[in-house]
Amino acid sequence: MQADTLLNVENLTVRFAVKRGGGWGRKSYLYAVDDISFQIRRGETLAIVGESGSGKSTTALAVARLVPTHSGKVELDDEDFLGLEDEALRKARTKIQFIFQDPYSSLNPRLRSEKIVREPLDSLKTVPEEERQAIVDRLFKAVGLRKEQQRLFPHQFSGGQRQRIGIARALATQPDLIICDEPVSALDVAVQAQILNLLRELQGEFGLTYLFISHDLGVVQHMCDSIAVMYMGKIVEHADRLNLFNNPLHPYTAALLSAVPSVDKARREATKRILIPGDPPDPINPPKGCRFANRCPVAEARCNETEPPLRDVKGGHRVACHLVSDDAKSPL
Amino acid sequence: MSEPLLKVENLRIELTTRDGIAPVIDNLSFQLDAGENISFVGESGCGKSMTALGIMGLLPDRIGRIASGSIVFDGEDLTQASEARLKEIRGNDISMIFQEPMTSLNPVYTVGEQIAEVLRRHQDLGTSQAWNKAIELLDAVQIPNPKARVSDYPFQMSGGQRQRVMIAIALACEPKILIADEPTTALDVTVQAQIFDLLRDLQAETGTAIMLITHDMGAVAEMSERMIVMYAGRKAEEGRVDEVIEHPRHPYTKGLISCVPHIMKTLSKERHKLTEIEGIVPSLREFGRDTCLFAARCDMVEERCRSSRPDEAAFGSTQKSACWRAKEV
Repeated sequence: MQADTLLNVENLTVRFAVKRGGGWGRKSYLYAVDDISFQIRRGETLAIVGESGSGKSTTALAVARLVPTHSGKVELDDEDFLGLEDEALRKARTKIQFIFQDPYSSLNPRLRSEKIVREPLDSLKTVPEEERQAIVDRLFKAVGLRKEQQRLFPHQFSGGQRQRIGIARALATQPDLIICDEPVSALDVAVQAQILNLLRELQGEFGLTYLFISHDLGVVQHMCDSIAVMYMGKIVEHADRLNLFNNPLHPYTAALLSAVPSVDKARREATKRILIPGDPPDPINPPKGCRFANRCPVAEARCNETEPPLRDVKGGHRVACHLVSDDAKSPL
Repeated sequence: MSEPLLKVENLRIELTTRDGIAPVIDNLSFQLDAGENISFVGESGCGKSMTALGIMGLLPDRIGRIASGSIVFDGEDLTQASEARLKEIRGNDISMIFQEPMTSLNPVYTVGEQIAEVLRRHQDLGTSQAWNKAIELLDAVQIPNPKARVSDYPFQMSGGQRQRVMIAIALACEPKILIADEPTTALDVTVQAQIFDLLRDLQAETGTAIMLITHDMGAVAEMSERMIVMYAGRKAEEGRVDEVIEHPRHPYTKGLISCVPHIMKTLSKERHKLTEIEGIVPSLREFGRDTCLFAARCDMVEERCRSSRPDEAAFGSTQKSACWRAKEV
């Protein structure tokens, strides 16, 4: 592990008990996040991308201890975050904060916006009471809201402004890590740019580290230093931004990238659409081999037999595919 | 020149709100040829969906009405047509697919029944004929094993499959115009790509004209030949897609294109700050004023933008922009 690692996630697994499939009173489980490991360096942004049901949001929730973890380790600043209890947990919670997807339902409609931003300070009690108002004032300024707007209720704000309140709330406890779960996908395109620029400015100003969950590869490309691609609860590829976008190795990543419509004529002409027909397999009974094999255009017999481990190839690229060579050549 | 399939002229749609009457569509004119693919882009609240509902005759009862202008479809003015005639046209000659494949299907009927209903209503097919045709249609929209899936209920299908069923219903009577209102917004990118492929193939086969409503410039570039940019109920810009993207002539179009981080062919190391369009779309109260409604958010604004509504300036044979300073953009 490198010295400047802020978040270290090892073998994280989250499973949910489901009714169907067990039989005879046995429980069966859906492994939403299945044995994944990654690290984020201080001050950087890691994106987790994937389609709905891939487990990216569950990963985010598990890291913040908002869903119970089945097994694995989450270390923040070399401190085991999952093992903390009571007072120690409350203290540690100030270090991880969350920005939610939907700015309409994630703010309490009965509270004035100043109270919403102040709430983490009040409940985590890390700052003396008399200093809290000054912090709220500073935060409103930092996210581009006016002081007189502190008295307003959420419904009096536009979607973009509400997301700014959500961001101010996340910043209140001076966290090290902010988890952004699809922070702009509920916003109009023109407003998205405002929020994305704000997030990057704040990152520079406060030295924040982001775990960024998104399905929008354009946004991810703009915001993140490295990207992990998830498919059915597994990380299938993990690389830095330039490597992943310029040289996608896993067939799923390549298919995902080729599906994004583009305004760049050169890119449209250069991209060959990689078709992945069908749907992902049943997550309750995942196949024993590679989980992507049934849709993969280049799958071989061994793909259905053994599950490919996530391994290092050239250039700091990690990929889980039998067919990728060690010198990082795509099988496609 | 032959008559276009659809010709909308000086259309004005008014909504009655608490603050009085607001023109949600203000003096909109455009044409659509048979087999053509046109896109409507803009933020929410700019009148894209209202245009579609106006053409379909589905404006909200008692609140919305077509105040003036005409919608001539195949030589017939739809604004003058009776409700009975509109019912004949809807789903038969003009049909629509909606954004939410989850909520636009009826949960208590099988998908086959919902496809067959359209066929019985408009094509006078018998029960079993319609059912067989429904199976064919499911096959056409590439749902595997259509014979078995035809008796499925919507909840048994994935989002992408439900949207395919919607397309099957919309295309059942081989309409001349298909209006697709954000058909892929709720779907994953790989599914979106499949739906776009499907729409393109079906269009090539049946010669249906498609009106795509979207906010995604990438989707526009991928799908359409022509585009119309809407802002606050008015047409901001119109033109061929490649021309408009290459050189937008309206500051709003320019902003819409550059405010989104696009994936380019080769990614560069540095990342520029995204262009922001300050502020938000004006509220309905401000619609209809004799000014440029984009003035408050525009970085090229000058005095006359605030005092009078800009005329349309033409560039080349197809591109038009409603901006006083269009030449300088």
